[in-house]
Amino acid sequence: MTRKQKKQLARIIIAAVLYFVLYAVPAEGWLQLVLYLIPYLVVGWPVLWKAARNIKNGQVFDEHFLMSLATIGAFACREYPEAVAVMLFFQIGELFEQIAVGRSRRSIAALMDIRPDTAEVERGGEVLTVSPDEVALEETIVIKPGERVPLDGVVLEGESMLNTAALTGESVPRRAVPGERILSGCINETGVLRVQVDTCFAESTVSRILDLVENSAEKKARVEHFITRFARWYTPAVVLCAVLLAFLPPIFVGNLWGWVHRALIFLVVSCPCALVISVPLSFFGGIGGASKQGILVKGGNYLEALAHAGIVVFDKTGTLTRGTFAVQELCPASGQTRESLLELAAYAEHYSDHPIARSIEEAYGKPIDQSRIQNAAEESGRGISVMVDGEPVLAGNLRLMEEAKIAVIPQKQPGTVVYLAKNGVFAGSLRIADELKPEAKDAVMALKSLGVRQTVMLTGDNPAIGEAVGQAAGIDDVHAGLLPADKVSWVETLLQQKKKGERLVFVGDGVNDGPVLTRADIGLAMGGLGSDAAVEAADIVLIDDNLQKLAAAIRSARRTMRIVYQNIIFALGVKGIVLILGALGLANMWAAVFADVGVSVIAILNAMRMLRFSSK
Amino acid sequence: MKKVFRMENVDCANCAAKMSDAIRKLDGVNSATVNFLTQKLTLDADDARFSSIVKQAQACCKKIDPDCEILF
Repeated sequence: MTRKQKKQLARIIIAAVLYFVLYAVPAEGWLQLVLYLIPYLVVGWPVLWKAARNIKNGQVFDEHFLMSLATIGAFACREYPEAVAVMLFFQIGELFEQIAVGRSRRSIAALMDIRPDTAEVERGGEVLTVSPDEVALEETIVIKPGERVPLDGVVLEGESMLNTAALTGESVPRRAVPGERILSGCINETGVLRVQVDTCFAESTVSRILDLVENSAEKKARVEHFITRFARWYTPAVVLCAVLLAFLPPIFVGNLWGWVHRALIFLVVSCPCALVISVPLSFFGGIGGASKQGILVKGGNYLEALAHAGIVVFDKTGTLTRGTFAVQELCPASGQTRESLLELAAYAEHYSDHPIARSIEEAYGKPIDQSRIQNAAEESGRGISVMVDGEPVLAGNLRLMEEAKIAVIPQKQPGTVVYLAKNGVFAGSLRIADELKPEAKDAVMALKSLGVRQTVMLTGDNPAIGEAVGQAAGIDDVHAGLLPADKVSWVETLLQQKKKGERLVFVGDGVNDGPVLTRADIGLAMGGLGSDAAVEAADIVLIDDNLQKLAAAIRSARRTMRIVYQNIIFALGVKGIVLILGALGLANMWAAVFADVGVSVIAILNAMRMLRFSSK
Repeated sequence: MKKVFRMENVDCANCAAKMSDAIRKLDGVNSATVNFLTQKLTLDADDARFSSIVKQAQACCKKIDPDCEILF
C-alpha cells in the first residue's frame, strides 16, 4: 500500500469505530446530527474537498461531487447513519479499487520487464557497462550466463542455450552458435557469448515489442468507442432522471423527502467508472497476455476483429512452408547409386550460387575437392556444364537435356527437378522442393475446429506445387501462379464473399506481401520482427514462425472479447437493476454504492484474468 | 513532434478519458492519449509551440483532477 492508501485506511478505521460507538449513544435532533458529522467528516473530507475544487473548475459530473451530493442529501433527509455508512462504504470501495488498479499496473509493468538495463560492451580492450542505447552498430557486446540479451546481433564466439520465453512464450531453450543471429530480450542461460550488434537499441526486438504493446491502447476497438460514447451520455442522463424522480412524483403523491432519498440512489449509481475502466483494461490484458505468447497485437480493434475470423488466407512460401529448398528425392539412373548421383550433383553445382545449388550441397554435406572441377559454365536459364574428374557433366532442366539430345526419365512429382548427365548419358534426377512446416496440418485443423469457415492459399508458384502443398496442409482452396498484384485482387474477391460479421485474415511472412497484409481485415505477419515492412504493414505480428500460434491468437482474442462483454453486461446489469429497484423504493444506498465501486473492483479483477490465462 | 510523458495520480479511468479529450481540443495538438493504466500521456503536437502546449495540457489535467501531475 502507498502512503496515501494507508492514510485512507486509517480514516476508514477511525470513522468505522466512531460510527459503531454512535449506535450506542442515544441522541436526538441537532445533537445527533453534530455527532454523526464527526465520522462523516473524518472519512469523507477528502471527497468533499475534491468535489469543491472540481466545482470551481467546472467539473460537475465527477464521482466525488455525486457522492458528496448524495450523502449531504441523506443528511437533509435526516438519514444520518445512512449518510455516514454510505460515505464509509464508498471510501472502502475506492480503496479496494485503487489497490486492484495498482496490482494491475504492476502486473503490466512485470510484463514489460523485458527491457534490458545495461549492456557490456568491448571498447579498447576493456569491457564497459553502459546503457543499451549507447552501444553503436558493429560494436561487440559480451553476454554472461543469466543475463538478458540487450541488443540484437550475430554471435561471434561462444555457445549457449537461450531462453526465449519472454519473447515467444516458448519454454524450450534455443541453441546459439557462432554465426547465428540472436534477438534482444532472450535470456542467456549457459555460456558466455560475444555478439556483434547489428541493430541499434531503438530498433531492436525488445524496443519494438514494447512500443507495439504500449501504443496498442491508442487503436481502440468498436466496443471501446461505444463505451466511451455511452459514458458521456450515461452520467448526465442518470442525474437528470434523479432530478425528475426527486421532484416530479411528489407533485402528485407528496412525500418529497422519500422521493429525494430515492433520487440520491440514482446519483450514486450514475458514475460510469466501472465501464470506463474495465473495457480498456480487458483489452490491455488481452494484448499483454498475447504478447507473452509471442503474439504482438497492434490494437484492441484487431483483437476484436480476430475473434470473428471466418476466412484465413495463407501465403505459401515461408508461411505454410519453410521457405528453404531441400532435396526431397533422388532418382538415380541405372549404373548410378543414390550416393554417386548426389556427389555428382554437388560437384556439378558447386560454383553456382542459386538456392537450389546450395540445397544440393547441403544435402551432400561433405567438403568439396575443388581440384576435381574444371571449366564450369552457366548455361543461361537451363543449367550448368562442367568437367568433373575430366568427364563432361551437364546439370540442369529438361531443356538442357533436350538440347544435348540426352534421353531422360522425366520426374512426375511437383518440384524443381535437376537432371544430370555424365559423358552424354543420363545419370539420374534430383527433385528439390520447399518443405511443408511440420505443424502446418495441425494448425489448419485447429483453425477449422475454432470455426474458421474457409482456408485459402495464394501462391506465385506453379499450380502442381501449389496443389500438392495445399493438399498436404489440408487447405480448402488453392490459387497458384499468381503475381503479387493478383494476390491483392484475390483477397478483394474473398472479402466480398465473406459472410456478415466474418473477418478475413491474411497470413504471410512479410516478404513481398505488404499490399495484401494491408488490404485484408487483419494482416498477420509471421516471424516478422526482422522485416520493417512486415511490422509496418501487419496488424498482428508473430515473433516466431510457428503456425500453431495462429489458433492461439484467435483463442486469446475470443477470450478477451468474452471478458469484455462479461464486464459490460455485468456492470450495466447491476447498475440497471439498482436503478430500477431504487426508483421503486426497494434498494437502499448501500446497494447503490456496491453498484458503483463494488462493480468496478469485480470488473477489474475479471479483466486481469487475461494476464494469467496467457501463461498456458 | 511526438513525446511520451509520465504522469502521477491519475486516479480514475473516466478522468483519463476526459483529459485526453480536453488536450486533443487544444490548438496545435495532432493527437493525445492519456493512458490510465500505464499513467502516460502520449502527445503529438506542433514542434514550434510544443513546450507551451505541454503547459496548457498540464493545466487541462489539473482542471479535471487537481491532484494529477505531468512529469517532465
